[in-house]
Amino acid sequence: MLLTSRHEIGDPIFKLVVLVCALAILGLLGLIVYELVFRSALSWHAFGFRFFAGSEWDPVGEHFGALPFIYGTLVSSLLALLIAVPLAIGVAVFTTEMCPGRLRGPLSFFTELLAAIPSVIYGLWAIFVLLPILRSYLQPFLAKTLGWTGLFEGPPYGIGMLAAGIILAIMIIPIISSITREVLAVVPQHQREGVLALGATRWEMIRMGVLRNARAGIMGGIILGLGRALGETMAVTMVIGNRPEIAKSLFAPGYTMASVLANEFSEATGDIYLSALVEIGLALFLVTIVVNALAQFLVWTVTRGEPARGHV
Amino acid sequence: MSEPQNIKSHAGMQPISWRRRIIDHFMTGLAVLTVILVLVPLVAIFGYLVYRGMGSINWAFLTQTPRPVGEPGGGMANAIVGSGLILAIASLMGVPFGVGAGIYLAEFGRNRFGDSIRFTADVLNGVPSIVIGIVAYSIVVLQQRHFSALAGSVALAIMMVPTITRTTEEMLLLVPQALREAAYGLGIPRWRTALSITLRTATSGVITGIMLAFARVAGETAPLLFTTLGNQFWNLRVDQPTAALPLQIYTYGLSPYDDWHRQAWAGAFVLIILIVTAVAAVRFAVRHGTFGSA
Repeated sequence: MLLTSRHEIGDPIFKLVVLVCALAILGLLGLIVYELVFRSALSWHAFGFRFFAGSEWDPVGEHFGALPFIYGTLVSSLLALLIAVPLAIGVAVFTTEMCPGRLRGPLSFFTELLAAIPSVIYGLWAIFVLLPILRSYLQPFLAKTLGWTGLFEGPPYGIGMLAAGIILAIMIIPIISSITREVLAVVPQHQREGVLALGATRWEMIRMGVLRNARAGIMGGIILGLGRALGETMAVTMVIGNRPEIAKSLFAPGYTMASVLANEFSEATGDIYLSALVEIGLALFLVTIVVNALAQFLVWTVTRGEPARGHV
Repeated sequence: MSEPQNIKSHAGMQPISWRRRIIDHFMTGLAVLTVILVLVPLVAIFGYLVYRGMGSINWAFLTQTPRPVGEPGGGMANAIVGSGLILAIASLMGVPFGVGAGIYLAEFGRNRFGDSIRFTADVLNGVPSIVIGIVAYSIVVLQQRHFSALAGSVALAIMMVPTITRTTEEMLLLVPQALREAAYGLGIPRWRTALSITLRTATSGVITGIMLAFARVAGETAPLLFTTLGNQFWNLRVDQPTAALPLQIYTYGLSPYDDWHRQAWAGAFVLIILIVTAVAAVRFAVRHGTFGSA
């Protein structure tokens, strides 16, 4: 009898407690949205949509336009994807399809380690190693060979959009490659065997039997990497130059949404200044939410094995 | 598609054409090249970090507080302790919620509501840390009217929850259903089964998740910039601005002083040792722990 009554009290209480924990996750997201919307209302009422179209950032005169930051975030992230995607997919294909078994463990361990290094250490490394290399080798080389495009013009300071793109690429390679690896691993073995049996070479097998089946998931990994790059703060802040200007050249300094928050938030004086910064945070939040949800959805469809099969 | 024709032309024992063979070798070479291109920066980062870190770290660094601007010497003892304090409070807040939510998802969450929690956790995982910093700023700093260690801990705790939730659920689901049924069969209530049988069986896996979350937030700098703010002196009060190792690395790294650069590297070295130890311990536990072999 005693036992039964304890059941009746214990189980509902237990369920309630863990339910509260689970609800806390929904609550956290709600809290984030509420705080960002609430604290950015002032700026939203003052500037409306002009906030995202204006390129003047003048805390003293209280004129705020976020365009240079949006531009910087987009360009640095896309640049990072451009560099990281081929490398990350190459590494994933190598580790799942080509590499000898005993290399696989160490290789994935190393890429995991790369993911565990804090952003600020990447930034530190970029300042002391990457920037000098850019300054004295890569930038003069790019200016000489591709200077006519206009993308690689101006004095080679090291600091700038290009440095930000490269350090971001190094940081997102592990994410993209580990998700790609996961997705490639769920492609059924008989797909590979089937294509090989038709007389395909190993590359043809990878192209037709593996990559084609996994493309939705790989896309998901790429978008997840994009989400990480968009929100990345410290390493970018340390090398991008932090100047709110829109320049065509990748050698020129820029500024990102996350960087301006890092640099100015704790010193923001005045309600409207703070509110404008929170609005940048809100915009960054919304973009990363959409990007991550999309990525999550794509990866889920593949690893849960629903669509993406059948059309070889 | 041209596949059927390919098949026809190679239906016999004809060798693969040299063109396809060259493309195959070329692609293999390309894949090896990408691996090298990815490993070079990794080795460079680690190598440089160890080289500069080993050369920079000394007793003063580990035991003294920062000297005034521009004066060589001193250390980051207060930042190391401050980071420990911030992380400890963050774990105290984040771990129970994360584990609780994980238990909910594993034991009661096989439905659409559970899926929505899962999805939210995954999305929360992708929220930029600087945005979490803003939220911690507005719910703690603005209420208390000054920067504090607690605000930083709140930010880090928010970041820990989703990671811990997802790994805890994953680990609990690996526990065989028969174990739960056996417990129910003995008349043990569900809450007791979940805590003393399921969670206990999965302990090493759950700890793995906690350590991963810990390692992830240990090096976080962005959410601390305008929450804990940093401090040149000792502080153990949670409601006061506190020094943190990542913040100190950031400020010193950007400074124009050689000795501060040296200390930034020493700090980075200490931080990475902390994190790599956590990650390596996790890998070891997963591979050799009671759970990995179960």
